[in-house]
Amino acid sequence: MTATLPPQTGAAGASAEPPPAASRPALAQDWRRLVRMGAVGAVAQVFIALSNMPVRLDERVIVKPVLSLGYLTLLIVPFAAGHRVGHQVKREGMAVHAAGAHEMAGGAACGAVAGGGLSLLAVLLANFDLREPLVNWSPMLAELLAFGNATWFAVVIWLVIGAAVGALGGALRLLGPRTRRAVVTMALAVGGAAVLEPLVVDLAEGMRLEALTDWLYARRGGINWTSALGLAAASGILAVLGRGRIQQARTHIAALEGAQRTRTNGLLILATAAVLIVLPLFAGKLTNELLANVGLFVLLALGLNVVVGLAGILDLGYVAFFAVGSYSAAVLTAATSPRINPELPWLAALIVVVIITGLVGLFIGAPVIRMRGDYLAIVTLGFGEIIRLLFLSDWLSGWFGGSQGITKIPGAGIFGLTSVAGTDPRRVFYLVLAFCALAIYVSWRLERSRLGRAWMAVREDETVAEAMGINTVNVKLLAFVVGAVLGSFSGAIFSAKVGSVFPNSFLILVSIVILVVVIFGGMGNIVGVIAGSAVLIGVLGGPKQPGLLAEFSEFKLLIYGALLIWMMLARPEGLIPSVRRSRELHQQEMAQDAWLKGQVEDDNHDDGSSGPQAAPAT
Amino acid sequence: MSAANGTPPAPSTGSAANGNGRRPLLETRNLSVDFGGLHALDGLDFEVHEGEIVSVIGPNGAGKTTLFNAITATVEVAAGDIVFEGASLLGLDPNRVTARGIARTFQNVRLFANMTVLENVMVSQHCRTRQHAFGALFYTPSFRREETEIRERAEKVLSFFGSRLVGYRFDQPAFTLSYANRRRLEIARAMATQPKLILLDEPVAGMNPVESAELTGMIGRLRDEWGFAIVVIEHHMDVVREVSDRVVVLDHGTKIAEGDYAEVSTDPRVIEAYLGHGAETS
Repeated sequence: MTATLPPQTGAAGASAEPPPAASRPALAQDWRRLVRMGAVGAVAQVFIALSNMPVRLDERVIVKPVLSLGYLTLLIVPFAAGHRVGHQVKREGMAVHAAGAHEMAGGAACGAVAGGGLSLLAVLLANFDLREPLVNWSPMLAELLAFGNATWFAVVIWLVIGAAVGALGGALRLLGPRTRRAVVTMALAVGGAAVLEPLVVDLAEGMRLEALTDWLYARRGGINWTSALGLAAASGILAVLGRGRIQQARTHIAALEGAQRTRTNGLLILATAAVLIVLPLFAGKLTNELLANVGLFVLLALGLNVVVGLAGILDLGYVAFFAVGSYSAAVLTAATSPRINPELPWLAALIVVVIITGLVGLFIGAPVIRMRGDYLAIVTLGFGEIIRLLFLSDWLSGWFGGSQGITKIPGAGIFGLTSVAGTDPRRVFYLVLAFCALAIYVSWRLERSRLGRAWMAVREDETVAEAMGINTVNVKLLAFVVGAVLGSFSGAIFSAKVGSVFPNSFLILVSIVILVVVIFGGMGNIVGVIAGSAVLIGVLGGPKQPGLLAEFSEFKLLIYGALLIWMMLARPEGLIPSVRRSRELHQQEMAQDAWLKGQVEDDNHDDGSSGPQAAPAT
Repeated sequence: MSAANGTPPAPSTGSAANGNGRRPLLETRNLSVDFGGLHALDGLDFEVHEGEIVSVIGPNGAGKTTLFNAITATVEVAAGDIVFEGASLLGLDPNRVTARGIARTFQNVRLFANMTVLENVMVSQHCRTRQHAFGALFYTPSFRREETEIRERAEKVLSFFGSRLVGYRFDQPAFTLSYANRRRLEIARAMATQPKLILLDEPVAGMNPVESAELTGMIGRLRDEWGFAIVVIEHHMDVVREVSDRVVVLDHGTKIAEGDYAEVSTDPRVIEAYLGHGAETS
């Protein structure tokens, strides 16, 4: 009915009245959806169980003595299924069902079906031995599923747990937005505190707050359940008190104009910088190591962001520049370098490294850049591997040491003042921070220039960009080279930090991980890219670097993949998207929204006189 | 009139058709474009003089858009030559052609949909501006000056269309524009490349009669106020009659008629090309 109204009246009517709540079909009519969702959950649970995640992660306690990370991986599935089954598509003009008891009933039923997957698995585990194809088909898993009891117990308990957790998931829909936010905040606070345990402990030690961590965490890991309750209560209260404050502040900042806006942004940046400079002083080795690793990937991701996010060139071989940067820095600074060893000071070497990587970027870019789309992606993938294989090859082993690599690389000396080596992660972090700041500045300035606009145009429509007088080859090549140079910074720091370089540090996986970071964080947005590295590299860990959840390292790629799929479905523009990028992805929806709100001009009444909604009906 | 007789045309002055003796701004000589076995353009001689508005008409598949594509170097030329201001355009990349001073619009509007209206016009000044990465990184005075100039020029170009593309619309993404405004923005984008010659490919297609009449007047103003020479491909005969100094009719890649609107519209060969063999010939 809304659809037939003219846009002007639609704008007035849309906000005034909420859509009417229709009566909901009974569960009996919804059973297909329930079973389907439950079956998906069941398959997911069996898959997770057989991936060995529960057994391996059982040692990591979340809430002592109730919940371990291993069980959490199993419980999350019926919860999600139970929550999801009540999901309704809400669009203009469609009936919306009121939430009620059937949300919980549906969630419970769906969760029970999902839990039934594990029940079935428990029976199968007890009666068959499929260790041959399924390596994790182990008695340990059976024991974990049965909580140490008999098989029938496992069958019953997982149905019960599934139903209970599913009902909880459904119950989440019953809550009003405010309560839901509080509940989610509480869950995030407890979960976050558990996940960040090493970080918090480390920081607390630095700040002499051991009393806090002694209260919060059990002696051998995990949050005490009493403290968990306290923490949940505290965060819940904070969430209720502070509700909407952050949102308010954000809209307030967004509404600021001109000089005021600039000043606020400047203050925010200064505050962030101050925190980042002060924080490492209080942090122990572990945190600083983590920060340094995250920083290295931020630097790489910022470089790739110029190539992929700004110019739209899908480069799957970005690790090549990281490798070239590392190796050339190693050759130039290490005394043990096989062929030439000028032993330059690190900063002097860096200049040469930048030139070399820039040239390599040109050489790789020149043939590649003329291709488009998928072909370009495949060719860059190839070049990424070629570079690694060259460093590995016997042919160049006289230069780069082949598979032996180059070792005993000295730390990075800064004007002879200090030397930054891996033994002191705090200094490494400061070095990385400085280069990140440089990379951020470069991307920020370039994006808002003639060149940045040309990159945008190329990303939008290469043919038209060319017809509008943009030399697309040059412009794209420049993006490639800028990306290469930023990547080489990371490489040069990496070799000084680790003290040795080997070809297998530059596997194709590194390229993929950096790309995932960029996509996950939000392509084309500097803050998004940083957030992406912090979440993925900081929490889950990089290709070789452990993250906060070190236990996850084995399942890192599985989780990356799952996260990426979820991201593509739920939020393809990334964690913190660039405005433009989300426009690209949601163009049609936005155009439709604008139409519904009467903001799109009408060709027939277009007198172009004033603001969007001022067009009078003639 | 005999366009495709295979004789190589004499250079410069020889082929000036409408007899004012000046060297044409743009001239194609014996231009041929092949798609596989199909001769999309077959030995076409065509010229545009400074300050002239030429309409190119013809039935579908006559080679009109191919002519534009050949001039802007987006298709490969099989034979012949394209001369602009006395120098050949053959072998140039499309962006060099634009830099020489030829801008175009597209039959199916191709804006940078997610860039704002202003950015669309700013980016098309790329080939007229010089600042590179260095200026942007160090925020040099010349960089700032040029950015201001780019912006001012963009605003000036957009204000050509009255109030339709200015004000709050500067910062709206191009995809939110109405169809007619997208066509206008395409023309603005072409104007911003500071061309000498603008090629308009069906500028009023899809517009209603009011908008179409308005744009027709604008095409005249483009020449009078901005001094562009203009080539228009158009199917709306009232537009063609209104704007053209000269009309060129293409069919099967060759020129079948040329002259002012009155001459061309009564030419039996043109009528035949559009309507097929008339019953009266039998």
